[in-house]
Amino acid sequence: MAGVDVDVGTELRLGLPGGGAEAAKAGKRGFEETIDLKLTLPTAGMEEAAAVKTEPAAEKTKRPAEAAAADAEKPPAPKAQAVGWPPVRSYRRNVMTVQSVKNKKEEEPEKQQPTANAGSNSSAFVKVSMDGAPYLRKVDLNMYNSYKDLSIALKKMFSTFTTGNNLNEGKLVDPVSGADVVTTYEDKDGDWMLVGDVPWEMFVASCKRLRIMKSSEAIGLAPRTKDKCKNKS
Amino acid sequence: MSEEDEDQPPPPKRPRASPPADQVLDNVLETVLQFLDAPGDRSAASLVCRSWHRAESATREAVAVRNILAASAARTARRFPRARSLLLKGRPRFADFNLLPPGWAASAFRPWAAAIAAAAFPALTSLNLKRIPVTDADLELIARALPATFLELSLLLCDGFSSHGLASIASHCRGLRVLNVVECDMAVEDEQEVVDWVAAFPPDPTDLESLSFECYGYAVSFDALEALVVRSPRLKRLGVNQHVTLGQLRRLMTHAPRLTHLGTGAFRPADGGDEGIDFGEMVTAFANSGRGRTLVSLSGFRDLAQEYLPTIAVVCINLRTLDLSYAPVTPNQIVMFIRQCFNLETLWVLDSVRDEGLETVAMYCKKLRSLRVMPVVANEDADELVSEVGLAAISRGCRDLRSILYFCQSMTNAAVIDMSRNCPELKVFRLCIMGRHQPDHETGEPMDEGFGAIVQNCSKLTRLSTSGHLTDRAFEYIGKYGKSLRTLSVAFAGNSDRALQHILQGCSKLEKLEIRDCPFGDAGLLSGMHHFYNMRFVWMSGCNLTLQGCKEVARQLPRMVVELINGPPEDERTEDVDILYMYRSLDGPREDVPPFVKIL
Repeated sequence: MAGVDVDVGTELRLGLPGGGAEAAKAGKRGFEETIDLKLTLPTAGMEEAAAVKTEPAAEKTKRPAEAAAADAEKPPAPKAQAVGWPPVRSYRRNVMTVQSVKNKKEEEPEKQQPTANAGSNSSAFVKVSMDGAPYLRKVDLNMYNSYKDLSIALKKMFSTFTTGNNLNEGKLVDPVSGADVVTTYEDKDGDWMLVGDVPWEMFVASCKRLRIMKSSEAIGLAPRTKDKCKNKS
Repeated sequence: MSEEDEDQPPPPKRPRASPPADQVLDNVLETVLQFLDAPGDRSAASLVCRSWHRAESATREAVAVRNILAASAARTARRFPRARSLLLKGRPRFADFNLLPPGWAASAFRPWAAAIAAAAFPALTSLNLKRIPVTDADLELIARALPATFLELSLLLCDGFSSHGLASIASHCRGLRVLNVVECDMAVEDEQEVVDWVAAFPPDPTDLESLSFECYGYAVSFDALEALVVRSPRLKRLGVNQHVTLGQLRRLMTHAPRLTHLGTGAFRPADGGDEGIDFGEMVTAFANSGRGRTLVSLSGFRDLAQEYLPTIAVVCINLRTLDLSYAPVTPNQIVMFIRQCFNLETLWVLDSVRDEGLETVAMYCKKLRSLRVMPVVANEDADELVSEVGLAAISRGCRDLRSILYFCQSMTNAAVIDMSRNCPELKVFRLCIMGRHQPDHETGEPMDEGFGAIVQNCSKLTRLSTSGHLTDRAFEYIGKYGKSLRTLSVAFAGNSDRALQHILQGCSKLEKLEIRDCPFGDAGLLSGMHHFYNMRFVWMSGCNLTLQGCKEVARQLPRMVVELINGPPEDERTEDVDILYMYRSLDGPREDVPPFVKIL
């Protein structure tokens, strides 16, 4: 009978003190994981649902009632969108969605990430560390269009540190063939990957930080890279 | 962009006739009352006694019916025969978020259009409509019937009309000074059916001072638009839609060098780049318009080409209003011009500027009075782009803040408390933590203390929107300290009816109450019986109200129109109420009631 998520009776506690404290510390991601554990619902599905645009109002206003009826039987889906929430007019929502889709299309007409971002408009600064260098640098991945551009930039950036050693002249992808350093990156899942395997856009979207390391330490990365690729697509 | 302060046009002088002796008092009263502008003052004067009521009614020129269903056109015309400007507001605000089915009051405006056409308001020069369904037929009726002295038409958040309606206005209202179509949801038309209403303006020089159609979905003929601007020497405000390219904008700017308000359209050169507009040319265009120091407001940027944004820097010194709410500007981009915006009073941005961008704003825009931070992705699951860091920075830097609307994914009580202390002049505080029931993300506690501090420290607060995890405690604070509150919006909050009781029994000036998805029931509702006639409306949706409770209100308050919207179909036995929308009305319940509405 109530508004969707409010009843004390439901097992889902969105942010109330008990579950709230741990969720608060873990931040947004931890929050989602908590829900996953409790209700074993795939977040990917939720994100799809989140991208759904407005439906006819008549249908939508029935949903609170349906959800209320469902309360008695099972807990409601935690990330199901509430009608008209957040309170942003549909016109604005639609305009921003169109804009972000357009920006993505302008970058590359390939498969898109499910979460909507501001696309090429935002900056994508990531830390770059090089083994043996006294301090880290930062690069904006959106400033470059390809691995080649990035490798040229990195080479310029770290040229002062590479006394005698040289970064790969051409491609960054060459873990074993005699080059002294390789460039790796940490992706969204926290795994260290070899730079250069995935399409550039996918790399930009998933790269969290870069590390330039000795090629001798990089053994063991290559095989995992391929598996990851398969899982992601 | 008026929020809480609705501008009234200054009353122009009336012709005087020599009075018979027994009308001296009335005439004196009328003369004196002429100096009263503020609606509150006018209302108060009209309540003093009958002769004051008569005099005030005879002299009121700015008439506002803030709920179109509260008084009929006929009654209004009888009482205020000298009305020069008419402001009408229709749908409740939550309709903007798809909570109200379409067609709820589809013909609310028809009697008004008919009354205007029948010269019931002979002195009418200005019509201001907000959230009202207006058809092309209505506009045609008005356009044909109004005297040549009709000056202003403003449509804000209206819907139902199309290019044909605008064409009627353009072609018939020869003395038109203001045509503002803002954030309207215009009817979808076939491409062949669309009329070029800009070309419908008569070919003579016009008196246009303000022309705004930023929300208009179709392209207007640029030649016609350019020619119109050329023959409108008084044009001060121009807001074009996203079909006007950057090069076209530049040409328009050269024809209107004394613009004060400019809606920039797409702010992107035409595809193919053969427009020949480059960065320098755009800077020159702004420099020229800025030479007169008249340009004080910029908006638009509906399809922003990033690289051109810095061209506005040259006019930033004089800007008082900047609306970037359709442009996902990054922190690096905003820093390029915001430094010069030290006279800025109103700023609307997207959260793409991030906390860093807001810190920069706080550093330079010391005169900021009104800030809106809207979400690029309006979704509970979106990435967090702004947070309490941005809010705290703004509160430290912009001490004169009067009004804030802030969307974020998470917040802390500490930041909100800081704002309450740093910005005691706040009149409007609207915080939207997009995740429902989100607590303080540092302490895990409810957001009670934060909102409590706001109502306690900001004694001039008239409008409050809450969000996040709130217990009844928050509403105890609101009821205790929110003595100036006129508008309150609550969503997904509270534990029990006590919260609603606190509100209704504590907030003595409350006029507008919007509640959704809170565990409030009949007991809470009934605790406000003593106050409902003083309110403009109450909206409660997704709560625990039952038919019983609502019927009780209807029974005790016969002048309240109690509407139940989207209730269960007749044959169902449940007593649940989906949406309650109730408002006082002088003329009783309306007749055009759609099937999903039940009036008790």
